[in-house]
Amino acid sequence: MKTNKKQYDKMVKNSSPNSRVVRNCVWAFLVGGVICFTGEVLMNAYTKMYFTVGDARLLTSITLVALSALLTAVGWYGRLAKRAGAGTLVPITGFANAVVSPAIEFKSEGLITGVACKMFIIAGPVIVYGTLASVMYGIILFVKGRFGL
Amino acid sequence: MNYLWAFLVGGAICVVGQLLIDLTKLTPARILVIFVVSGVVLSALGIWEPLVDFAGAGATVPILGFGHTLAQGVEKAVAQHGFTGIFTGGLSACSCGVSASLIFGFIAAVVTKSKSQS
Repeated sequence: MKTNKKQYDKMVKNSSPNSRVVRNCVWAFLVGGVICFTGEVLMNAYTKMYFTVGDARLLTSITLVALSALLTAVGWYGRLAKRAGAGTLVPITGFANAVVSPAIEFKSEGLITGVACKMFIIAGPVIVYGTLASVMYGIILFVKGRFGL
Repeated sequence: MNYLWAFLVGGAICVVGQLLIDLTKLTPARILVIFVVSGVVLSALGIWEPLVDFAGAGATVPILGFGHTLAQGVEKAVAQHGFTGIFTGGLSACSCGVSASLIFGFIAAVVTKSKSQS
């Protein structure tokens, strides 16, 4: 293939790390945006069914988690994640995927040491540090309330 | 309009995550942990609730919203139950998402064949 200087520069630019980062960010933005958009659609649908805002939010989470589990089981979520990166990781569907995907992968190691243990590979740290942060916040609130600081 | 803001804010939060992946080489587990803890802090500082009012699911669906749920839960529980609320508030509030993930994960594992996901 004959390439002149201009084309060559373009080829270099396309495969350089910077343009890769931009492309990844665009994918993350679009896919993450669509997942949140779907959440908003569900949220509105549930509030129209006379659920309270709190209940609608919980039902939205359950629905998104269920959809994520289904798409993970058929292998589509993993395929999308290769392109979308943080777009599929950061929403709650990514948390669900992090639970479901190792559960399926390690099924051959049994229901206890395979499925149940491996479910917490990523979810475990998230729950541990989330709980730690919330307990620390709780202590601050409690002390503030007790001593009127 | 709500739908647009949910899309834009949710997308923007994911871009922050993507930048962390590309520029710092943090693993997904670390990024999720950072986001959850940040969610608790942002909620405690009173920054997250206004964003939820503004962007709806754009602020609640990202894992930062999970942190927000933890913080709100502990706020409510400490106000209602005092000392024990410190321990019950966070996890009870986010129990829904966690239980759903575990249950659907278990079902998915039982009904599908063991295969590599990578």
